[in-house]
Amino acid sequence: MSNVVRAVRTSGTGGMSTWARAARRRAGQLPLHAVIITISLLWMTPTVGLLVSSFRPRDAVRSTGWWTVFVNPFDFTQYTLENYAAVLTAQGMGRAFLNSLIIAVPSTLIPIALAALAAYAFAWMEFPGRQTLFAIVVGLLVVPLQMTLIPILRLYNQLGLSGTFLGIWLAHTGYGLPFAVYLLRNFFGALPRELFESAFLDGASWFTAFTRLALPLSVPALASLAIFQFLWVWNDLLVALIYLGGTEQVAPLTVRLSTLVNSLGQNWELLTAAAFVSMALPLALFFSLQRYFVRGILAGSVKG
Amino acid sequence: MQRVGTPGEPAGAFRWLTTAVGRLLVSLFVPTITFVVLWRVFIFLRDTRAPHWITAGVAIVWGVGGVMALFFLANMVIEQLPVRWRTRLTPFLFVGPALVILAWYLALPTVRTFYASLLDARGEQFVGLENYVYAFTSDAMLESFRNNLLWLVIGTGFSVGFGLLIAVLADRTHPLFETFIKALIFMPMAISMVGASVIWKFVYEFRPPGAEQIGLLNAVVTALGGQPRAWLLMQPWNTLLLIVILIWLQTGYAMVIISAAIKAIPRELLEAGRIDGADEVQIFFRIILPTIRGTILTVATTIVLFTLKIFDIVQTVTGGNFGTQVIANEQYNQMFRAFHYGRGAAIAIVLLVAVIPVMWYNLRQFAQRTEAFR
Repeated sequence: MSNVVRAVRTSGTGGMSTWARAARRRAGQLPLHAVIITISLLWMTPTVGLLVSSFRPRDAVRSTGWWTVFVNPFDFTQYTLENYAAVLTAQGMGRAFLNSLIIAVPSTLIPIALAALAAYAFAWMEFPGRQTLFAIVVGLLVVPLQMTLIPILRLYNQLGLSGTFLGIWLAHTGYGLPFAVYLLRNFFGALPRELFESAFLDGASWFTAFTRLALPLSVPALASLAIFQFLWVWNDLLVALIYLGGTEQVAPLTVRLSTLVNSLGQNWELLTAAAFVSMALPLALFFSLQRYFVRGILAGSVKG
Repeated sequence: MQRVGTPGEPAGAFRWLTTAVGRLLVSLFVPTITFVVLWRVFIFLRDTRAPHWITAGVAIVWGVGGVMALFFLANMVIEQLPVRWRTRLTPFLFVGPALVILAWYLALPTVRTFYASLLDARGEQFVGLENYVYAFTSDAMLESFRNNLLWLVIGTGFSVGFGLLIAVLADRTHPLFETFIKALIFMPMAISMVGASVIWKFVYEFRPPGAEQIGLLNAVVTALGGQPRAWLLMQPWNTLLLIVILIWLQTGYAMVIISAAIKAIPRELLEAGRIDGADEVQIFFRIILPTIRGTILTVATTIVLFTLKIFDIVQTVTGGNFGTQVIANEQYNQMFRAFHYGRGAAIAIVLLVAVIPVMWYNLRQFAQRTEAFR
């Protein structure tokens, strides 16, 4: 390995012809590629199995392994869309998909809007208690949301907010805020001071400077944060389970899927289709917005 | 911001009067209308039988628009005030909503949970430390501690290990190939833990001996001449099989961050090592590993946090049965199955105490990492 790499890196030094070097390089790269490809295949296999099974008819899924389709992969008679039709209507995954959207969109936009306002003030405005308040916000990152479940659920029961979308929007807002404020404050704080000073000289108000300067300059950070928060809410089970409960009217995909795992048990053709419905949107986001997606997840990894 | 008061022609006291009255009316009238509209829509949403997609649209517009309307409203009211008050209040208009929600959803509940952990099941009688005794001595909790430790050590170890391995190997391949491979490994990060649980439960599916196995694991085992097993019922292997799901999810995360750190190592450093005659293994252990040690620690602590709070996977696959219980799921059980609020609260505190040091370390590291995020 070492010779090969050295030969590649310090090109043009002595002895070997280009052809010989290329051949040796290829020989050294072969095991490397073999290992990587094996790992990737291993990583993909479970997902492929899910995807294939979701398109196979009930009896086939029950009697043979999903890998048997690869004996004759282009025989399209062995595939069906019935499972999807069944889970979207009869099993309530269609409704759950809508619920997930209803939950996730405001649960993403509201905390980011509030966090941007607060972060902007923490970064650029002078007011008494600024440092202390910001330190408290960061400190709240430490609190696992399990800490808050009992008191908030009791409060929700009194206020009639449990089982409502408003209740879960506000809950996700609360849980998402510390991290969003923290991240955006760091981002706003790094914007050049002269920019704001010249804006204020031109007579801009705090609010104009916010909407015309701070926000447009932070679009990448806001996009990454939005993707992270959206995914977090979309993929959340615990918060939805507790504040919304399992009723089909309001349950999002994760809760519905979790219920189906218990009630459908061995009906793998339906479970796999249902699981794929729940994964479709995040996967689409992943493949279409990969840059923001990766940054969002990396940035969001310290969320409490 | 637009001034909303009436910039009327008449001079002096009369003008003052009309603007003052105008301002008063506006600041009373507009908020009232806003609140009424928001309330009516709330009632509509609560009781409606309209088609789902209409409800969905109205709900989203109402939720997002409502927050914006309330903010503009507050802004408008503040704009009506004298300059001195305006400058004093504006910062609080910006931080206020966030602080109120944070106080309501995180700060106060934390205090109340502390209090609840000292009370009995229904939160009525003071019981001292009884719930904490339960949290540290009951069978379910001891089992949870053991399992969470397994999750922490094995889950974190393998996620970081695989992530490091793939990052190092992929770094030596063609950039296009590397991008493709990394996308494949990272993809599970998009999937919910519930979705991942279904994927893997299917892999672990068991059929009695003789019947054709449809789960991948048992199919491989029988193909190699072994007996099929109901893996998820077998202690302690079932916990390990659950941890595999976490490793599958988190390796991509570890890989992406470690890979970025490796790419940031100056080429000259590696070249110098090679010129001094180090082989690739030595270069990895003597140069690459020490340079990215900080990054590896950050990644590890982040995954440690995940494992401490692990809930979805256990809840979906085994429900915490068959010896797979973990702290967060036991808390859920105490609260929503046994309805023992005191114990649930005490377990939450245990979780908090476990999380604090890791989180503190992680935040310190993150302050440095936000640079890279820009």
